[in-house]
Amino acid sequence: MRYALSLTLTLIALWLAISGVYKPLLFILGASSVVLVVWLSLRMDVVGVEHNPGLYFPKLFAYWAWLVGQIVTANLHVARRVLSPGKIRPHVIEVPVCQHTAVSRVTYANSCTLTPGTVTLDITPDKMRVHALDDASAEGLLSGQMANKVLWLEGQAQSKRPSP
Amino acid sequence: MSEVVIDLISGGLLLGGGLIGVLGALGVLRFPDFYSRLHAAGMTDTLCALMIIAGLIMQTGLSLLTLKLALILLFLLFTAPTATHALARAALSDGVQPTQDSQTAPPNDHHGSENESSNT
Repeated sequence: MRYALSLTLTLIALWLAISGVYKPLLFILGASSVVLVVWLSLRMDVVGVEHNPGLYFPKLFAYWAWLVGQIVTANLHVARRVLSPGKIRPHVIEVPVCQHTAVSRVTYANSCTLTPGTVTLDITPDKMRVHALDDASAEGLLSGQMANKVLWLEGQAQSKRPSP
Repeated sequence: MSEVVIDLISGGLLLGGGLIGVLGALGVLRFPDFYSRLHAAGMTDTLCALMIIAGLIMQTGLSLLTLKLALILLFLLFTAPTATHALARAALSDGVQPTQDSQTAPPNDHHGSENESSNT
C-alpha cells in the first residue's frame, strides 16, 4: 500500500506542476484523474517495488548529475568522430552485468544506450552485448565506472562478481 | 547587465544545441552502417535536447515553465534510450549484422547484403 501512496503523491505533484491553473473545478478533475490512474495501475498490477517512483530517491539526483556529465563528454567525443569518420572502429563488446535487481540492470543498460558511442543490443541477467563506436567509447564502459555508479545507486557494496 | 549575460549564455546554449543537432544529422549521413548511425542519431536526442532546453530555461526565468521544460527533458531522456534500443534490437533480429573488428568499414554494407539471405 505504501507504493500506491508513493504513486499517488508523485501524480499529485506532477499534476500540480503541469496544470498551473488552480480553480476548484480543475482540482476536482485533477484529483479524479489521479484516483483513476492509481486504480487502473492497481488493477494492472503494476504497483510494486519496481514501479515505485520514489525508488532510489535521494541518490537518483546525484546519479543523474553524474550521467549528464557523461552524456556531455560522450557527445563531444562522437561529435569529433563525425568530423573525422575515418577514425571510427565499430565493434561489439560483451560487458558483465553485476547488478542484482531488474530495475538497476535496466538502469545500467539504458544509461549505456543514453551515452552516445555505446548502444545496448541485448541484455541477459549476467552480461550484455554492447555496440561501441570506437575503442574510446568501449573503454568508458569496460572500465566499470558506470557499473559501479549503478551499484552505488542500487545500494549494494561494490562487488566485481556477477550475480548468482 | 545581468539580463544581457543571461541572454548571451542562453543564446550560446541554443546555438550549441543547434550545432550538435546538425552534427548528429551529418553523422547519420557520414557513418558507414546502421549501428554507427544510431550513435550519431543519439547525439540529437541527448546533448542537443539538453542544451536547447537549458537555453530555454534561462529565457523563462524561475517559474512553473522551468519545471515543465525540465519534465520534458526528463521524459525525453527516459524514452530516447528505449527507442534506440528498440531500433537496435529490431535491426539485429532482422538480420543486420554489426561490422566486427574492421579497421575501416566499406561505405555500402549497411544493407547487410552478405547476410540478407540468412535471416533467422
